[in-house]
Amino acid sequence: MKASVRKRLVRQSMPWLLGALLLACWQIASTRSGVSHAILPAPSEVLHAFAQYRSALTEHALHTVVTSLIGFFLALIGGVLLGLAVGASPVIYSGVYPLLVAFNAIPKVALLPLFVLWCGIGFLPAILTAFSLAFFPIVVNVATGLATIEPEMEDVMRALGARRDEILLKVGIPRSLPYLFAALKVAITLAFVGSVISETVASNEGIGVLMMAASSRFEVSLVFAGIIVIAALAIAFYGICGLVENYMAHWAFRARGGQ
Amino acid sequence: MNLQLVSAREPIVQERPVDARPFINLKSVSLAYDGDAGLTLDRVSMDVGQGEFVAVVGPSGCGKSTLMKLVTGLLPATSGEVIVDGGIVRGPIKGVGMAFQNATLMPWRTTLKNVLLPLEIVQPFKRDRWRKRAEHAARAQAMLDAVGLGAFGAKFPWQLSGGMQQRANLCRALVHEPKLLMLDEPFAALDAFTREELWGVMQALWLQRRFSAILVTHDLREAVFLADRVFVMSKKPARVICERRIDLPRPRTIEGSFEPHFIDLVHEMRGKIIEARS
Repeated sequence: MKASVRKRLVRQSMPWLLGALLLACWQIASTRSGVSHAILPAPSEVLHAFAQYRSALTEHALHTVVTSLIGFFLALIGGVLLGLAVGASPVIYSGVYPLLVAFNAIPKVALLPLFVLWCGIGFLPAILTAFSLAFFPIVVNVATGLATIEPEMEDVMRALGARRDEILLKVGIPRSLPYLFAALKVAITLAFVGSVISETVASNEGIGVLMMAASSRFEVSLVFAGIIVIAALAIAFYGICGLVENYMAHWAFRARGGQ
Repeated sequence: MNLQLVSAREPIVQERPVDARPFINLKSVSLAYDGDAGLTLDRVSMDVGQGEFVAVVGPSGCGKSTLMKLVTGLLPATSGEVIVDGGIVRGPIKGVGMAFQNATLMPWRTTLKNVLLPLEIVQPFKRDRWRKRAEHAARAQAMLDAVGLGAFGAKFPWQLSGGMQQRANLCRALVHEPKLLMLDEPFAALDAFTREELWGVMQALWLQRRFSAILVTHDLREAVFLADRVFVMSKKPARVICERRIDLPRPRTIEGSFEPHFIDLVHEMRGKIIEARS
């Protein structure tokens, strides 16, 4: 019992220890190596930048969060609906799937000029980019969850006289929830990637804008501060997705000692 | 031949009123799967009386499971007629209880909620599923009690052993009191002792409720233990090659399965199957 508690503590502190170690290496490398601080600022300088630009960072980060989340939720709604359709109907599957693969292969950066052309500069292209990145994994996973229902489970339902929508509701959707949440964790980070990319090109607000402005003024420590903010936000939202997943689909984790 | 065998032994007769009109009637049913050369089932004729327990045995891969799907209407017959409860089967017939080798319980539902599933789908329970919620839960709980799972309703299926999952599976198959229970090798994946235990559970449930049942199995002892009649199928294309009434009194016991007459019956079945395989 005691050993298991210690094991868990060690496991939980590992990411912090590793993070601290990386920071320490970084600090030593940038102070001792003689590399110009204009190229690689020390973590202490980045911390300083945090303090100095706190209000600007918060404001822009908030903007990025909002656009990412809007894009993410649109992708969630659209992805689940299309995923259900694709997974439930072989006809829709054969029609839509190749197009989806083609769409996913397009580099979203290449779409940005189009988005800007259609929506102008601002938060709309950022939302669209976030959406277009987050959409695909959700569709694919929901469809996979539906397509891998055990045929016996379906037979039991059909022999009871269940209609197709009842089978979907009582078997298909619960069955695909773990797949959906696995996709959401990927999608939320992709949504951040999408909105920041879009901001660096075509926006007046957001972490991406702040970073572009900082780098053009050679304030490299602020650029790093921006990177860290994005990373921290992604981890936070990934964690939230994980918590919701744990609550909604805890049964899927039984193999990892969920009993 | 049947007569001969029975008269050679002391009379073990347990008279049950047999409904004149069979509950299930297969009239020369054939089935060919798409893109499959040859028939899977070849002019199979078979009948099951109201409240009768029938077992189907045969070499593996002979299409026994296909037969189950035909009877429940999950598959349409290529030719011939399937009649259940007086009506020709044209699509999935409703409210049949089914249990497979794999318990197929839903891991996101507790055991009790799993047993409740048919009551959410089958009429007239479905209509009352909100108003009579407590009543339905009590009914599911009573089912679990009947198979000795009373204390496990709140557990999830993956927290139960294989034997317990299969018990819960039987509960789910029977909670809505179907007239017909289809069993597709439900005990095949269990260890020998658990399996024998569940034969007893199955028999008790059947004696109490008297639904019609079709059991598909490889296990000849299982077939003889549970069934009123056993059908032996040939290898593919499957035909019924023999039908045997099991004239053992009920309730049958595991002890009884080591009596000479029981063993003779198993032996006889075995001979037929060996014949069918060759």
